[in-house]
Amino acid sequence: MFRVELAKAFHRWRTYLLAAAIGGIPIVIVFALKVSPPDPGAAEDAPPFLFQITSNGLFAALTGLAVVQPFFLPLATGLFAGDAVAGEAQSGTLRYLLLRPVRRTRLVLAKYCSSMTLLGGLVLVTLVSGVVAGAVVFGLSPLPTLSGSTLSVTEGLARVGASGVYMLAVLSGIACIGLCISTRTDSGPGAAVATIVIAIASQIMDQIPSLDAIHPFLPTHGWLGFTGLFRFPVDWAPMRAGLTVSAAYTVVFLTAAVVGFRRRDVTS
Amino acid sequence: MTPAIAARALTKRYGDTAAVDAIDLTVERGELFGFLGPNGAGKTTTIRMALGLILPTGGEVDLLGETVRTDHAPLERVGALVEEPAFWKYLSGRKNLEYFARAGGTRADVRARLRKVDEVLETVGLTAAAGKRVKAYSQGMRQRLGIGLALLGAPELLVLDEPTNGLDPSGMREMRLLLRRLADDGTTIFVSSHLLAEVEAMCDRVGVMAYGRLVALGPPGSLRGDADGVRLDVDDAAAGAAVVRAFNGVSLIDDADPARGPGVLRVSVADRDTVAALNAALVGAGIGVHALVPQRSSLEDVFLSLVEGADVPR
Repeated sequence: MFRVELAKAFHRWRTYLLAAAIGGIPIVIVFALKVSPPDPGAAEDAPPFLFQITSNGLFAALTGLAVVQPFFLPLATGLFAGDAVAGEAQSGTLRYLLLRPVRRTRLVLAKYCSSMTLLGGLVLVTLVSGVVAGAVVFGLSPLPTLSGSTLSVTEGLARVGASGVYMLAVLSGIACIGLCISTRTDSGPGAAVATIVIAIASQIMDQIPSLDAIHPFLPTHGWLGFTGLFRFPVDWAPMRAGLTVSAAYTVVFLTAAVVGFRRRDVTS
Repeated sequence: MTPAIAARALTKRYGDTAAVDAIDLTVERGELFGFLGPNGAGKTTTIRMALGLILPTGGEVDLLGETVRTDHAPLERVGALVEEPAFWKYLSGRKNLEYFARAGGTRADVRARLRKVDEVLETVGLTAAAGKRVKAYSQGMRQRLGIGLALLGAPELLVLDEPTNGLDPSGMREMRLLLRRLADDGTTIFVSSHLLAEVEAMCDRVGVMAYGRLVALGPPGSLRGDADGVRLDVDDAAAGAAVVRAFNGVSLIDDADPARGPGVLRVSVADRDTVAALNAALVGAGIGVHALVPQRSSLEDVFLSLVEGADVPR
């Protein structure tokens, strides 16, 4: 079931469009910086690492990750996890999968695994495209950390990879919320949009200072936690918090998706 | 051997209305069973419950000897088409079958199903179009691919909801022949339809649903019964009516006394021989018979007569 899900994704244009859009972003950033170098300190709310790219191409991957995060990753999560079950319901293929029979629990878990794999693929595309574009234009060099010490190129690449793994892990919470919505409606686009809205709303609430009491519990709160990997010593606290919150959302919403779906009438 | 399908007091209520109201139905192995009823009678709801897609609000149903639950229906040896077929339209017909073949079951099941893909495409006549995206298929082709999908798992039981929908007359005929052949090879087939003629032509036994209840059950010939008749155009309706009333084994459908002069008599008859004898009696009485037209009762008549007999909830 899981492999069928992946194979299907590779027959859809949307998969390639998303990968192209997301993979293109670090390239655009790199070339924009090459053509018109920024004035350091000009914009305080610029994406993290943006100004370091010109000195070290490795930062292009991290900037890329930080830039695709607020919108493109929620979009992809909506299209993969939000649409996962509802899209099949809408096209009617859900009932034929269940009639095959694919057990309901297995169907939801396969959808979760395939969504996460596809999201992982997109994160990887971002990082690889960033590293390659950055290396070609600005070259790779040992990484100065945000705290002032330096990391070797190999160590730097390993931390960039770790950032990707972390990013994927914290996406799991939103993906499971999307999957849970997906098992409760027969409208694929509806579930996808709901997922995107929740992810973006969560990020907006995360920016509102007067809501700081709930910030630690927002599913997107820990999304930028990977920047801690580039401090010396590594700042684990935000990452631990991000992973905990994501794991909690994953357990709650994945369980709700499976339990709800097992008892649901499939009338699509 | 356990029955192919056994429903006991199977019920599905939505609020106050019962879409399916305490149905008891047994389909034996090897039967070609026709499930008739007008739209909205509860046929599809019954089928969905039998296949574990929706949860009954009362009663239960066994499939091939195992009780159906939504999270674990015994569907490994069942092939099904529920309402219209559905496919991933961006994939070819063959890829669709292959992906469905890969989904679910053990590794051995998957291999067996993959080996059957070509054979199934051949059976439903889609070998030439197998490489085209389903997007480009006609409704008839999708319907046939749907049947192909149902056949993929070498089913002991086929549950087909309106399988001839969207097929042209020759396609419908092919479908009937295919189902008859599968039934003769030992597959149990449960086929729903709102077309009486179609079910009559191929099924061993028929059940009729109306208002969520099973209102008739038996061999297809038994459905029409007294609803058959003939229409007589005679040159003296009043005299003709007198002859019909005096004749054994026939009766006037409209009981009013017709006027003298040319007119039409509707008569219900037991069999064809009686029609010939009645005609002879009319001619013998000096009444000219201009036309004698057999009246097959329409589907609506049959349903109406069955439904009127049923306790209709309102």
